[in-house]
Amino acid sequence: MIDPHESTARQQHVTSEPANGVMPPPVRRITLDRQPTVALPPSQDAVAIANAGDRSLAAAARPARGIAGPERMTIDGLSVYYGDNHAVKNVSLPIRQGEVLALIGPSGCGKTTLLRTLNRLTELTGSARREGLITLDGEDIDSLEVTEHRRRVSMVFQQPNPFPMSVFDNVAYALREQGSKRPKKKVLEPYVVDALQRAGLYDEVSSNLDHPALRLSGGQQQRLCIARALAARPEVLLMDEPCSALDPKSTNVIEELIVELRKELAIVIVTHNLQQAYRVGDHVAFMYLGDLVEYGPTDQVFDNPQAARTRDYIGGAFG
Amino acid sequence: MLDRLREPWTDRRAGLLLGALACSVLAVIVFMLVFIAIKAWPSFAHNGLSWFSSKGVVDQQLDAMVNSGPNPTSADYQLGAWPLIYATLLTTFFATVFGLIFSLLSAIFIVEFAPEPIRRVIVPVVRLLAAVPSVIYGLIGILVLAPFIGNSVISADQKTSVQFVIPLSGTGLGVAIAVLTVMITPIMIAITVDGLHSIPRAWKEGALALGVNRWRAMWTVTVRAARPAIIAGAVLATARALGEAIMISMVAGSKGFAPNPLDGFTFFFEPIRTLAATVVEDAESINAPAMQASLYAMALVLLVGAFFLSLGSWIAKQPLKKYGTRS
Amino acid sequence: MAVPTRPAASTPPLPPLPLPRSPGGRQGKPPKKRRVNESVRTWRLTDRIGYVMMWAAGLLLCAIGIGILVYMAFKGLQYLRPDLLFSSPTADVDQSKSGGFLDPLLGTVLITLIGITIATPIAIAAATWIVEYGRPTWLARLIDSGIEIIAGTPDIVIALFGLVLFQQGIFGWMSFTAAGGAVFGRSFLTAGAMMSLIALPMVFAATREGLQSIPAHVREASYALGKTKAATIRRVLLPSVKANISTGAALGMGRIAGDTAIIVVLLGASLTLDPEGSVPGLNVLKGTGGTLTSYVYNNSPAGEGNAPQKAYAAAFVLLLIVLALNFAVDLIARSGAKTGLETSRLGAR
Repeated sequence: MIDPHESTARQQHVTSEPANGVMPPPVRRITLDRQPTVALPPSQDAVAIANAGDRSLAAAARPARGIAGPERMTIDGLSVYYGDNHAVKNVSLPIRQGEVLALIGPSGCGKTTLLRTLNRLTELTGSARREGLITLDGEDIDSLEVTEHRRRVSMVFQQPNPFPMSVFDNVAYALREQGSKRPKKKVLEPYVVDALQRAGLYDEVSSNLDHPALRLSGGQQQRLCIARALAARPEVLLMDEPCSALDPKSTNVIEELIVELRKELAIVIVTHNLQQAYRVGDHVAFMYLGDLVEYGPTDQVFDNPQAARTRDYIGGAFG
Repeated sequence: MLDRLREPWTDRRAGLLLGALACSVLAVIVFMLVFIAIKAWPSFAHNGLSWFSSKGVVDQQLDAMVNSGPNPTSADYQLGAWPLIYATLLTTFFATVFGLIFSLLSAIFIVEFAPEPIRRVIVPVVRLLAAVPSVIYGLIGILVLAPFIGNSVISADQKTSVQFVIPLSGTGLGVAIAVLTVMITPIMIAITVDGLHSIPRAWKEGALALGVNRWRAMWTVTVRAARPAIIAGAVLATARALGEAIMISMVAGSKGFAPNPLDGFTFFFEPIRTLAATVVEDAESINAPAMQASLYAMALVLLVGAFFLSLGSWIAKQPLKKYGTRS
Repeated sequence: MAVPTRPAASTPPLPPLPLPRSPGGRQGKPPKKRRVNESVRTWRLTDRIGYVMMWAAGLLLCAIGIGILVYMAFKGLQYLRPDLLFSSPTADVDQSKSGGFLDPLLGTVLITLIGITIATPIAIAAATWIVEYGRPTWLARLIDSGIEIIAGTPDIVIALFGLVLFQQGIFGWMSFTAAGGAVFGRSFLTAGAMMSLIALPMVFAATREGLQSIPAHVREASYALGKTKAATIRRVLLPSVKANISTGAALGMGRIAGDTAIIVVLLGASLTLDPEGSVPGLNVLKGTGGTLTSYVYNNSPAGEGNAPQKAYAAAFVLLLIVLALNFAVDLIARSGAKTGLETSRLGAR
């Protein structure tokens, strides 16, 4: 389903306009060759966008935007260094309840580092240093005990990483290990089932919860990891390119899941895939070489980017 | 002949040659088992199952064998090796249990919790300790630890309490276990550390990201997934403990005596001699036929024991395969 | 088109499972320091006990390890004099007259070389066959477990096996043969042959690991150039696992140099080298002798010599040898890492 005209036009655009001497990042076109999924009926403004321009492919997939709630986390002047490498430079961002914040940008631009810093995993790396303030509910996260912090701000990784245990034990893992004593299996069962249902995995695994988690398919494994995180009832869910290792079908399922989940959680998702950012993001932050170049509502960033670099990057994908 | 060797080898010939050399390993094992079993047979034939029991004084029986001459009678073959077996089991068991606990904790410390300066010291030290010859451990045991225990730890009361049974001098079960533990721990640590390192970081980070503290993440995910390596390390170390001859013969008191647990703490000061130590000490009298059969019988018991250890480790790893240890 | 299962709307919301929140958490204490704010206070009691025990174990390990090494170095330097290294031992009760340990030192070097020379080709052949051929599978698995069994076999058992094996008539050329045809079975050759069994598993494991880590495309590239499997093994694969083989061999040499039981049973553990026969070179190999390990053993209170000063000095030299081998392993590993083992070698020949 590739529109030949669109495809060539994009390539010309890419090759003819190197931004400030820096070549634009390589373009990933993984969803253009098929009809995007209509997850939810397009909302009024999405239809309006679709009518306004010729971006019907992308616009058709736009679900309704979430309703932004209170600010849960604030990143203020955050810089992260790995040794001498300045990976994240003076980034400030709000993370709000009830919406999805999508971080986009080329590889190595510091998105993942930013996300890992929010989960405080960078603190495990001896060479990593951090400057700037991160608050969770108005409170400096440095004053929070790190384990306690991670219970409230959970993370899903790029590669599905289910533990080498059964499906049940995977989902029950956080519940078992967080408490001061291990709850009984019977007590845990409804919570495990609930988490699996919320992750949309229950129907597929309900017949055998003792199934080894590593024998599930890639998409199932990733949803299991989401269920595992949800079971611990986090307040903020960080997702690091959760679909990059998955096939398009599983990607769909997880995207719909994200849209569903944002009602109760603040979600930050890192993605390489601009289409995906457009589909699931309520706000988009574009990062480039550690800098936060642009932040704004998804429609604004995609339709009317302020910065030249954002325009080039997004132009690479939208022609 | 040499010219033919220089020609490029055909795949078939190379495969056959390499395969034959590889099979020579199997031949060695078969020969080992057969030769030792044949040599050991007279001892088992004359004693039956009572070989494994406690009958008479084992040291006197061994002395009698040395003096029995080239044509020993059935009476000369009499041997009740239980005290030696018992000593072997005691030292191996205690050293393995202590070593396992000690090495697992140390390995976790090295991999996850040790501050960088300590880690930089401890890693080369462990590697070096794993390579130190057992005779050096024995030397330290007999010249440092045993005199210290004999002079400062064992009280006069303890010595008199068992003086009609066995004299206490410092060398004995406790020193043997201590030195053996120190000897096998570095091997276990080295293998366990390698195993823990080979577990994908993603699992540990996944557990941490869920708000589980580092200690629990370590035990419930990393150690759990590294169990095959831990078992392999423990089995290799147990085999070392089982077969250690020289070091034990130096520090264990070299008496065919079965320590009595009813003696309380004195139990650990009583001298012993393991099967392997007996073999190495009496090897010079191996030309006496009765002695020869007895020593080969002990070697056979050790060989079968080591074989069962390998088998045991294989069996122990089987159930771990269900949930997969590598993604 | 997959329709994802949505959470059923009818499910009543579950009450939150009571999970502990740290006391300091939400009240908002002032930020203290930039270090990781990780508190053991929130851990379970058993975890805290385990954590303390772990620190104790780690520090105890440090203390014991450093203690042993420093003590041996101290005692060794105290008693080691250069002339000990260059004079032969003699049997004397007086420690000052019993000579040095030149012969045991030579014995250690000799037995280590013999052992590793026999072990390395067999280990490489076995590892290569298992990784590159490995058919039939059951045989490969059998050989694999066979080597594991050898690794777990006590050295004293190997020594006794060597004794019975080499007392067979066909091995008469390897050791002293009495007039009646009885073969003594004890010599450098026989002891070295048995020592090879101790080093074999280490060389084997290192080689196999190296071969397995070579990506398949290296072999395929070689086949694509029209090379046979045998030529690929000889020209491409084995050269690229040189570092692994050397590491395994160095570790194996450490094991051989440190072994005592085989020396006592199969080499006679005599003080000096006692050549056998008249052919120079071969006579030493056919003769008996001792090594540093048996020298230490004999000079400890457990042995016949009972000269602790000599024992300490010899043990220190032995320790230095092991240390040097360990250091060699480090060097090999580092240089191997630098050259980039596999792919860069492909075009070399």
